[in-house]
Amino acid sequence: MGRPLIHRSPMPGLGLSMGITLTMISLVVLLPIGALLLKGASYGPAGIWETVNRERVWAALFLSFRLSFLAATFNLVFGVMLAWVLVRYRFPGRRILDAAVDLPFALPTAVAGISLTALYAPNGVLGALASGIGWKIAYTQWGIFVALIFVGLPFVARTVQPVIEEIEREVEEASATLGASRLHTVRHVILPMLAPAALTGFALALARAVGEYGSVIFIAGNIPLKTEIAPLLIIIQLEEFNYDAAAAIGIAMLLISFAMLLAINLIQVWSRRRIGYV
Amino acid sequence: MSDASSPVPFHSATEEAPVARWLLIGLAFAGLSILVFAPLIAVFVEALADGVAASLKSLASPDAGHAIRLTLTIAAISVPLNAVFGIAAAWFITKFDFRGKAFLITLIDLPFSVSPVVAGLCIVLMFGANSLVGGWLVGHGYPIVFAMPGIILATMFVTFPFVARELIPVMIEQGRAEEEAALTLGASGWRTFWTVTLPNIRWALLYGVLLCNARAMGEFGAVSVVSGKIRGHTATMPTTIEMLYQEYLSVAAFSVAAVLALLALLTLLLKTALEIRHADQLAATHRH
Repeated sequence: MGRPLIHRSPMPGLGLSMGITLTMISLVVLLPIGALLLKGASYGPAGIWETVNRERVWAALFLSFRLSFLAATFNLVFGVMLAWVLVRYRFPGRRILDAAVDLPFALPTAVAGISLTALYAPNGVLGALASGIGWKIAYTQWGIFVALIFVGLPFVARTVQPVIEEIEREVEEASATLGASRLHTVRHVILPMLAPAALTGFALALARAVGEYGSVIFIAGNIPLKTEIAPLLIIIQLEEFNYDAAAAIGIAMLLISFAMLLAINLIQVWSRRRIGYV
Repeated sequence: MSDASSPVPFHSATEEAPVARWLLIGLAFAGLSILVFAPLIAVFVEALADGVAASLKSLASPDAGHAIRLTLTIAAISVPLNAVFGIAAAWFITKFDFRGKAFLITLIDLPFSVSPVVAGLCIVLMFGANSLVGGWLVGHGYPIVFAMPGIILATMFVTFPFVARELIPVMIEQGRAEEEAALTLGASGWRTFWTVTLPNIRWALLYGVLLCNARAMGEFGAVSVVSGKIRGHTATMPTTIEMLYQEYLSVAAFSVAAVLALLALLTLLLKTALEIRHADQLAATHRH
């Protein structure tokens, strides 16, 4: 116990800044999360399991997780490509494309939700095109997939972009000089350098998609066992004043969030050891 | 033709072939057109489906007006509070050395990985009428849930990390030397903050506040849970969109949505301007 809890420092404002920080984080974040965990504790692990272990709840959790994983995988590939195009190429419209990547962060989820529904519904512009080949998007799992791609779109691109900017051209030149084809260089030299950042972005997109509500509920159709996502199930329980069940599902989702947060931190530690930065 | 007059198509060994390059650019445009530009355009097309007058008329309704005022009020309260928190947290984390710093940073980031619906649920369980704290407050005439304070708490929860995580990297990079010099020269703590620290972090602060504000005005999931969505009372702009849409009032729903979409566009415009003009003073564009 040699290290003191707080090192002495000539900087002013220790008490004030620490006070504001700890008070606000407790009031806004920690106490409410604690209230959920406390509710869960009073309900007991057996009680939580009884609530979660129902066909409808499993279906919702599995659906949320599976589609989130697929959407994050799509964004992993598309995001790395997007980051590459935006950093390495110069073409008319690049600035607009770059700004557009952030739109899913800026556009409220309810707006995105009704707008995607209007587009992909059978009478919408893109929905009509798809139904021409017998492909139904809105009100099916495809619709949820599209909405989750939309909300997760910026994560991978934005984490990978700064890493591409940092890549020394000499590395690529060395690879080319040694006779590697461009494709070989990209696969064996560039992509491994991007992997940690891309994985961080993937995990962030996944975490966001699993909890996403606003952009999904309009396009999902919300049919139990088929297109009902886990967050909607919590809302339904709350509307029936079934707080215990809502808390049980909420705790299950919170545990999934914690697991993903842990995964993100582990990826970053791993990446820092491997290449020195994230 | 001789070899001299027709040069072999040439491209640098550290660049992709032009065909590959244009293919990738094309894919980027196509993907973003379908996923981002199309939904954005659709908002305005649907809002103006019955003409500008119909759209404006639906915005002038008392319920829409109340929702717009409520959303502005919520943002006006929660964003400054989060800015104060962000500055205090960044000061505490970057100007002092203490145990558990990494853990504190993880806690600040926590709201980004919690579903907004779960965030709302947490606040209902903490401050709802049947909870210990909430019951006491309701008994004394201060309801939190299904009222304004609950909406503010929910908004603050989901936007909690925005300002802090923008300021912390910038302030780590700037170090403590300038503040130490000011203090040595006899400036008070507050004077050092106002005249040395704040000018150094103002663009990063503005950037964080901008993103925080966009999310605060658009938050839907967490606010849906805590507000009760009482029309003309606790219905914000995003929850009003849902109610109008479910009543098949498409033009009215998309008109409110268009106002929020314009706000999103304004946010992106200001954000891009900040990134171009003050790239060296922002964490987002200056990562190492």
